[in-house]
Order: sequence, then C-alpha cells, then structure tokens
Amino acid sequence: MTTSVTGQDTDHDDDRRPDEAPLPAGAGGSDEPFEPIDTADAYTDDRLPTPKGASRRLLLSLLRPHRARVALAAVLLLAQQAAVQAVPLLVAYAIDSGVPALRDDDNGPLIAIAVAYLLCALGAGVLQSFFILISARVNQSVLLDLRGRIYRHAQALSLDFHDRYTSGRLISRSTSDVQSLRELLNEGLQEMLLILVSLTYIGGLLFYLDVGLGAAALVSFVPLALLVRSYRRRSAEKFDERSTAIAAVIVKFTETVNGIRPVKAFRREKANDASFDRLNRHHERINGDTIMEMCRFVVLSRLIAAVAVAGIVLWGAQRVRAGDMELGALAAGALYIRRLYDPLDRFAMLLNSYQAAVASLHKISGLLAQRPDVPEPEAPAPLPERPADRPGREVVFEDVRFAYRTGGDVLPRFRLTLAAGETTALVGATGAGKSTLAKLLARFYDPTEGRVLLDGTDLRQLTTTELRRGVVMVTQEAFLFSGTVAENIALGKPDASPEEIEAAARAIGAHDFIAELPDGYATDVRKRGGRISAGQRQLVAFARVLLANPAVVILDEATSSLDIPGERAVQDAMVTVLRDRTALVIAHRLSTVEIADRVLVMEQGRVVEDGAPADLVAGTGRFSDLHRAWRESLA
Amino acid sequence: MSPTASSPAAPTAPRRKRSVVRALLRLWPYVYPARVRVFSAAAVAVVAASMGLVMPLVLKWMVDGPVADGDTGGVWLGGLVLLLVGLAEALLFGLRRWLVARPLARVEANMRDAIYRHLQRLPVTFHDRWPTGQLLSRATGDLQLLRMFLAFGLTFLIVNSATILIGFGVLLSQDWTLGLVLVLPVVPLIVLCALFEQRFSVVARRAQDQMGDLTTVVEESILGIRIIKGFGRHRSQARAFKLLSGELRDTEMRKARLLAAIWLVILALPELFLGAALVLGVSQVADGQLTAGTLVAFMATAMVLRWPVESMGFLLALCNEAATATDRYFEVLDTEIPDEPGGRAAAEAPRPAGPPDGPRPDAPPGDGLRLEDVVFRYPDAPPDAPPVLDGVTLHVRTGETMALVGATGSGKTTLLALLPRLHEVTSGRITLDGVDTATLSRAEVRERIAMAFEEPTLFSASVGENVLMGGEDADEAELARALRVSQADGFVRALPEGLETEVGEQGLSLSGGQRQRLALARAVVGRPRFLVLDDPLSALDVHTEARVEAALREVLVGTTALVVAHRPSTVQLADRVALLSEGRVAAVGTHTALLRENAEYRRLMTGESQLSGGRTQSSPSGGPLTAPSRSA
Repeated sequence: MTTSVTGQDTDHDDDRRPDEAPLPAGAGGSDEPFEPIDTADAYTDDRLPTPKGASRRLLLSLLRPHRARVALAAVLLLAQQAAVQAVPLLVAYAIDSGVPALRDDDNGPLIAIAVAYLLCALGAGVLQSFFILISARVNQSVLLDLRGRIYRHAQALSLDFHDRYTSGRLISRSTSDVQSLRELLNEGLQEMLLILVSLTYIGGLLFYLDVGLGAAALVSFVPLALLVRSYRRRSAEKFDERSTAIAAVIVKFTETVNGIRPVKAFRREKANDASFDRLNRHHERINGDTIMEMCRFVVLSRLIAAVAVAGIVLWGAQRVRAGDMELGALAAGALYIRRLYDPLDRFAMLLNSYQAAVASLHKISGLLAQRPDVPEPEAPAPLPERPADRPGREVVFEDVRFAYRTGGDVLPRFRLTLAAGETTALVGATGAGKSTLAKLLARFYDPTEGRVLLDGTDLRQLTTTELRRGVVMVTQEAFLFSGTVAENIALGKPDASPEEIEAAARAIGAHDFIAELPDGYATDVRKRGGRISAGQRQLVAFARVLLANPAVVILDEATSSLDIPGERAVQDAMVTVLRDRTALVIAHRLSTVEIADRVLVMEQGRVVEDGAPADLVAGTGRFSDLHRAWRESLA
Repeated sequence: MSPTASSPAAPTAPRRKRSVVRALLRLWPYVYPARVRVFSAAAVAVVAASMGLVMPLVLKWMVDGPVADGDTGGVWLGGLVLLLVGLAEALLFGLRRWLVARPLARVEANMRDAIYRHLQRLPVTFHDRWPTGQLLSRATGDLQLLRMFLAFGLTFLIVNSATILIGFGVLLSQDWTLGLVLVLPVVPLIVLCALFEQRFSVVARRAQDQMGDLTTVVEESILGIRIIKGFGRHRSQARAFKLLSGELRDTEMRKARLLAAIWLVILALPELFLGAALVLGVSQVADGQLTAGTLVAFMATAMVLRWPVESMGFLLALCNEAATATDRYFEVLDTEIPDEPGGRAAAEAPRPAGPPDGPRPDAPPGDGLRLEDVVFRYPDAPPDAPPVLDGVTLHVRTGETMALVGATGSGKTTLLALLPRLHEVTSGRITLDGVDTATLSRAEVRERIAMAFEEPTLFSASVGENVLMGGEDADEAELARALRVSQADGFVRALPEGLETEVGEQGLSLSGGQRQRLALARAVVGRPRFLVLDDPLSALDVHTEARVEAALREVLVGTTALVVAHRPSTVQLADRVALLSEGRVAAVGTHTALLRENAEYRRLMTGESQLSGGRTQSSPSGGPLTAPSRSA
C-alpha cells in the first residue's frame, strides 16, 4: 500500500509482487484488494502445507481420549468372536460325545450342549449389541470433536485466510472430508478387529496342526504385504485428488446457489451447466479411478491367495506322501488355509476407507495446522477497570509500523492517540491505509513494530473475549445470519433479554420496522436476510453494537448509499452508537465526518491532515477539496 | 441461530406413506443406463459366491481321495483344479467391481448434474426458502451414499437373498425336519426387521436433515466471518453449532441403539434355532434316523448361511438410508420449475416489434418499458399481508432513463427483480416494446434486459469473462468500452494478469467498489436495449462516482433504463423520476418538478422533513446532525 503503481485508479495501489509469502493483509475490507498470486495458486491446488504424518497424528489425537472405550470395545468383540467360534466346537462335541452318551441314555452332555449353545447364541448377539453401542459412542464423539475443531479453528483463522481459502473449501473440509472419516470409523474398528481375530485364530490353528503349514501361510503374507504397500501408495494419490475434486464441485455449487439472482439475470445457466459438468466429470473420473484401484487390489490379492492355497495344499500333499505330515492335519489344514484368506475382501474395503479417510484427514490437518495470525496471549492481562465517569477508553498507537513480511511498509512508523470518548473520522482515497489502521486497532492483525494500547494495555495481552468486550468492529457487510431478528441483534450480547434487545433496537430507531415485520422480533430473516433492506440491515448491525456496549467501536461505514431519510436514520443511529465511546470511523460520507470530533486524512499510509472538521474545511488542504467535492455530489 | 426455533431444516414435502421400495425405485431412471452392468455384476457375484462353495468341496475331495490314496496324478490334478477355481474366483471378484465401478460413478455424477441443473432453474423464491447447506448435503453426501448402496448394498441384497434361498433349499433337501426348524424363525425375523425398518427410517431421515442443518450453520459462520470477527465470537452461532452437532450425535446414537437391537435379533434368533436343530439332530442320530455325516453336512451348510443372514442387518440399514437419501434428493427434483408460458410458443410466433438480437441504440423506436397495474406478493407470504407492490403503473419511453426513488423498504429492489422475471408478478403485466414479458421465455426476457445488482457478485472466472457474461458476442472493443464506462479499465489493467486475472470465490478478492464497477461493465457491455441498475454507484468514492456518472450518461442516451437512485447525484442521470411509495408509483416527473411539488420526494432527496406523515421519520436525536445536504 505504499505506492500507487496504477496512477490512474485510486482503488489499486498495491505493489506487492506475486512472489511474496502469505501476508497478513486483509482483502476483506474495501481497501486492500489483492493478495499474492503464488499463494492463490497454492490454494487453487487446495493444498496447505502439512507436516509429515499429520493425518495419523490427528487421528490418534482424536481417538486418544477414548482409549478406554476402544479397549472395552475390542474386548467385547473378542468375547463375541469366541462365542461365535465356539459353535463348530460344540457341533463336534455334540457328535463325538453327545450322540454316544444319548445312545447310553445319558442326556447330560446333550443338555450341556444345548445350554452352551444357548449361551453362545445369546452371548454373540448381546456382545455384538454392546459392541455396536460402545463403538458408536466412540465414533460419534470423535466426529463431534473433529467437527468442533474444524469449526473453531476456522473461526479463529484470520480474515486474510478466509479470503483466500474460500468458503466452499472450508465447507467441503467440514462436510465431505469428515464424512470420509465417518465411513472409516463406522466399520473400521470392527473390521480391523475381526480380521485380526480371524487371522490369529486360523493362523494359530495352522501352527497347531503343523508348523510347516503355519510357516508356509506366514510366507504367503509377504507378497500380500507388498501389494498392500503398493496399493496404499497408488491410492493415496488418487484419494487426495478425489478430495480436491469434490471440493471444487462444492465450491462451484455453493457459488451458484448463493449467487442465484445474477446467475439467472445473466442467463448463466448453460455456461454453469457446462463448467459444473466439467468439474463433476473430473470428480467422476477420479472417483472411478479410486474404485478401480480397489478393484485392482482385490483381484491381485485374491490371485495371490489362490496361488498360495494351491501351493500349500500341493506341498502338504507331498509331505503327507513323504510321511512328514499327518493326513488328518492336511485335511483340516487345507480347509483352514482357505479360510485364512477369507477376510481379504473385507480387508480391502477397510484399507479403502482408511486411505480415503487419510486423504481427508491430511487436508483437514493442513487446515488445522494453519496458525491464526493473531495468537491468543500466553499470559493474558485484564483491561483496567474503567472509571464510571469517563466515556470510552484511550487508544494509543505507539510507534506502530505495519509492513508485509517481505518489506513494503503499508503504514510507516507512526504515533497516534485517540482520546477516550472522542470520535475520529478517517478519510482518504481507497488504499490509503485506513482499513489497515482500523484493523490493527481491532487486532485483525498485529503491528510489525510497536504496540497498540488500550488504556495502556497492549492488545496482544488481551484474550479474544476481553478484547471484544473492549473493541468491536462493524464491517461494511450487512450479513444477517439465519435465525430471528432478535437473535441477529443479540449477536452483540448473547445473553441479552428480549427487553434489552428491544431497547437497543428502539435506541437505534430500528424498532418501528422490526415491529412491522410479520413476526416482529421473532421474524426469521431467512437465508441471508433476503427481505430486509440494506438500510435496515445497517440498523440491525448498529443495534448489535449498542447491545455489545464496547468502550471502543470501529466503524467501517457502509458505502452503499441509502435514501436520505434512510441515511438520516442511520446517521441518528450512528450518533447513538458513537456517543460515550471512543470511536474510529472510516468515513465515506460528509455527514459522518461532520459528526466527528477529529478528522484524520490519510494518504499512502500516512496521516497528512489532522484536526477538527471545521478547521480542516476552512483550510486549503486535501480535506477541504474533498469536502467541496462531497457537497457538489449532494447538489 | 437457535436451531430449535429457526431450524433451517428444509421445508419437508408433504409426507406420503413412505415406502423404502417405492423410494428406491425412483432411482431407476438414473440406474437405467448402467442396468446391464449392475445386473451382470450381481450375477457375477452369485457365481463368485458359488465358487466359494465349490472350494471346500474340492479340498475335501483331494484330501479324502488322491492324497489319502497317494495318487500323485490325482494330487496334481486336484492342485490344478484348486488353482483354477481360485483364479476364476479372483477374476470374478474383480470383474464384479470393474463392471460397476465407472458406471456407478457416472450415475452419481449424473444425478449431481441433474440436481445442479434443476437448482439453477428453480425460482428465486425456492432459493430464498432453502438454505444452501441443505441443498449441498443432498448433492454430495446423499449421492455418495446412493452410489455405495448401488455398488454394494443392492448387489449383496440380491446375492445374499439368493444364497439364503438356495441354502434353505439345500438344508430342506438334506433333512426336512431339521430344515423346518431353521425355517421357523424366518417369519418373526421378517416381522422384526420390518418393525426395525420403520423406526430406523425415521431416525435416519432425521440424521440426514440434521446434517444439512449443520452444514448450513457451518456455511453461514464462514460467510459471515467478518461480522463474527468484529464481535469476537458469534456465541449463538457457536452454540447452534454445538447444539446441532450434539443433536446429530444423539440421533446417530439412536441409530446405533436400533442397530444394536436388530443385530441382537439377527445374530441370536437364527442361532438359537440352529442350536435347537443341533439338539434335535443329535437325538435323531442317536436314534439312528440320521447319519452323523448328514448332520455334519447340515450344520456346515447352515453355518455357511450365517454371514448372508447376519449381513441382512446392515443391508437393511443401508437400504433405509439410501431410501431416505433418495427421498431427500427428489424433494428438490420434484419441485417444479415454473413452466415457460411464452417459451416455444413465442419463439414460433412472429416476433413483435424490435429485432430480438440487435437491440442497438439505433434500433427502431418501440414502446419502451411498461408496467401495468403490477401487483406483487411473495408467494410464501401470509395471504392477509399487504402486497409489496400494489398496482404499479409506469411507462419508461424508449431511450429514456427513469430514476426510481423511494423510501427504504418501499419495494424498489423487488420491482427491479420483476423485470427480468426473477420473481413473477402476482397480477398485472410488464411489457417490453409492447410485448408482455409473460409471453416470452425467461431467457428471452433476460436477453433483452441487462442488470446490475445492489450487491455485485463476481463469479469464479477471469475479469474479462465476468464482464462478457453480459453480452456473449461482444468483441474486444465492446469490452474495452464497457470497462471505460464503468471506469474499471485503469484498475483492471493494473491487475496481475489484466483481463485474465481470476476473480470470484477462487480468485483475487476485489474491493466493493471494484466489484461494483465490474458489475456495471457487465450490465452495459452487450449494449442492451433495456438496462436496469440498482443503485449502481453506491460503493464508489466521490471522485470515481463523478467519472462513472459522466461516462454512464453517454451510454444512457440511447438506452431505455430504470435506475434505482438514492442520492440526488444518481437521480441526475435520469430524464424523469418515479417515486415509489407504499407499493405504488406516487408521482412521476422531472427531478426539479418533483422537488417542487412532492413533499415526500423532497424529504427523500433533501432530508427536509417539516411535512407530516413521513414513514421512516426518525426521532430528532439532537446532536450535531444538521443535514449537510441543504444545498440542493
């Protein structure tokens, strides 16, 4: 923001080179329009720098609090499997002992078998039920935790990040990527344990029958392991692509749905169909690729198994002939070897969902690894108690300098004190640094050098909650959240009573229009406040501030113009909001400047004029010119 | 915010008696192109499953025969058969997956395409009602679920049912009394499963809807991040998120409890009867009615059937979830796109005044833009609510620029939305050069009218593409002219890649003023016959505004335009001004005339408010607020 490279246009004055690192520059306001291109490319790729092994660490950290439950679930499943596997033994026992005993008129063994069978059957069912309940609890807690982490982290990340990462991708991370993990968890634990149990059980039996058989079976796992490795490598790439592809689909989808009016007005439907189709087909192809990878794995693993079974049986037959092995051992072993490879299919599915989940977790952990630009203080300090008789708080910019990491001062070193209770208007061309100054005070960024002090306390020492109790920034956007009007106002003070909300609305002059809404304060503003006009939304925004009652308020005045009475209403409201507070207003209107106690004219990051409005008008400086232009525009 | 109160849940379609089968049958048109592959895959799966049954037999034969007899040739033969069966099985497994892999991915993609296309054509009122998250969860999660169902659920439902049937046949043929014992639990099982299905479907549906609500909260808290940041944390939003994700977890837990119950039944019940069969069988063997070998074979067959029976539990659940997903999907797709009364009819009818494709400034004089007794009420507004527009009659002559002035909430923006038929008039008509817009297709209407919205939206595309959206056949010179008019040429040139710079969601973010200027360029680039601008200069600073105004004036000379204006400066662009008040046009005239004659207009334009009856009149709250705009 130091020099204007365009000369012709005041909106563009950004001379950052494309090769700069991610910057703490806000593109959200009206002032700083651009961001470096290389990061934009990185974001287009949908890849954030992720430390190695981050996805596994994330998974473990999610599961760790549930260790005990996981262990319990495992035990339950093992017991359940014991109950299931006992059945063939019972059959054998029934035929070997039950039948002869019965012939001897001894019902004992048969009754014992019946009871045992009953227990096994019930046990298998009951244990399975408990297992499902416990593992569902673990899974759902993990998902809840993960969703919450993504949500909170996204909220904590800087605006700068949000401008670049795009909402669609964030949504994709917290929906479709979480879904991948859900799929793994749903079947994962159970499948993994079942496979392990079955392998151990059958493997053990094989060794018990004949050490050679067991060893041979073990050897056959070597090619399988290699295959698994190759599959994992190949599929990891595909799953990563798939997750990116679906994110692109989601981005396009949300963009269209959110901008449906212009889409329709400019007849973008066909063009959108085409570009959505392209993204969608790309996803289809990648999705197909991942399924084909899985198919390949299944075939190859089955082939290996088939060869192994035939090989081991033949080898066993040779050994039987040579007298190295009992015939009975081969007879039993042959059947078991076959069953050894039965779980392969399920293993493939498990591996498949594991790989998909890892790819998604990788993306999520990349997101979670992004550090907020403004960290929470390690040793937070409270704001000093505010004397009851003094309005607002004093703000001091103490030798503050703000620059991008690669140099290029946006705000060269300056000192500025905003007296408590005073309203200061910031004026200047777009890109003069007004927004940056305001955002430093709101602590959307931290200064490169120097400190911003609120009643003598460095903003960096305040917790977010404490900071927002002291400083609130109202941005230009008049976004309404779905919910009622009352809830939208209560954003400034969530625990406000209906009376307080109404009082704030009345004070701001919003009560009349709200009362006229179909359900008054309980009116649902619907999707993004479709039916509440721009002026009304600004009033709602002001009512929020009044309710939040901060000592310092920063106002990025909305540029969208209202009719004069509407503007009047907003002006009145603004006077109410600014009264008894320290206020910093990025002013776009003459009328706003006129209510200020002090005006700062900024140019290229510096304050070039400073004084009371009347004095500056009377002078011959830039403000005087600007003032004249303003008056003319109102003619 | 409070999910219980606002529950952005999609408005549910009237609930007919729900049937899983009926719901799933609706997928047929989408599955149809893949039908051969899907059913072949099922057939292959059946064959592969039988291969699985053959293997033990071969092994048994080998061990009992050649190995026991020391018949080397036989052993090798057996080994070969074993190998071949194994290989065949492996290939069949692969074949099954290969058959459906791409076709089903295609089915999923086709369905996603269909819902996207449909959504683009649904009226704006639909989008006002449906949160994006609900739509998104249908287009992604639900469709993925459906693909899984088609790939595995359906196949194994068929395969396992077949296996169970065949298995029971085999069991009955082995020993019909023992077989009958195993048939006994079938009826209670079916009844219990049906009960389960009923209850599970309700919970499954709730879970999916809650997922949609959660997605909505996530989306909003990301889109509204600037406000949330300004106030620290949006606690009610965070609370809503917590509440919703907690509710979702509870619903999932209820699903799990139902699942646990059905698993208990499915695992234990058949097993109990199998136990009974065993006891009965043992006593029969003891009595000599049955050979031990037959009993063993019987039990072995029954145990083979264990997995298909058990799998029914989750297959049923999957079916259910798939049915719910289908329902949710079709809730959107069943919403009808309002038909195009004009559509084809108008295309075939002789074109009325004005060549449709060449509305240039030098086009023959027409009738301009006319609104006749236009009434508009939001379709979902309560019937007793007053209409937003209540009989608007207005005539903008060809080549004339009309400013539309009115108090906040007087319906200006709504009126503009009626012109390109973003909303449909409740009654009355709007004509363009004498042609009722209702007789034209929406595309035709929008072709004639170019629009710039109050909130300028740029799409993920290059700057040039974004501007050219307003006139696809415009050439370079036109583009340059449009950028000049909106004073955007300077900053566009300075962008990293000029006209090629990507903007929108995926690209560079531009300032509000820059976006507004590009949106204005987009509106004027096609030299539209009718131009509709909603406060086109609101986000510009004073200097830029003056320059844009000067350039825009030239464009407006030959264009029929309706411009919403808030400031006197914007009104100056217009030849005449219409004052919208309480849903009607209260006065039409020149700026000076209205200023002289109309009290409300004077109040709106100058802030002078000595007159009574001002609607939005604010209480004079004192302070240094003297109107700065008396100069007018």
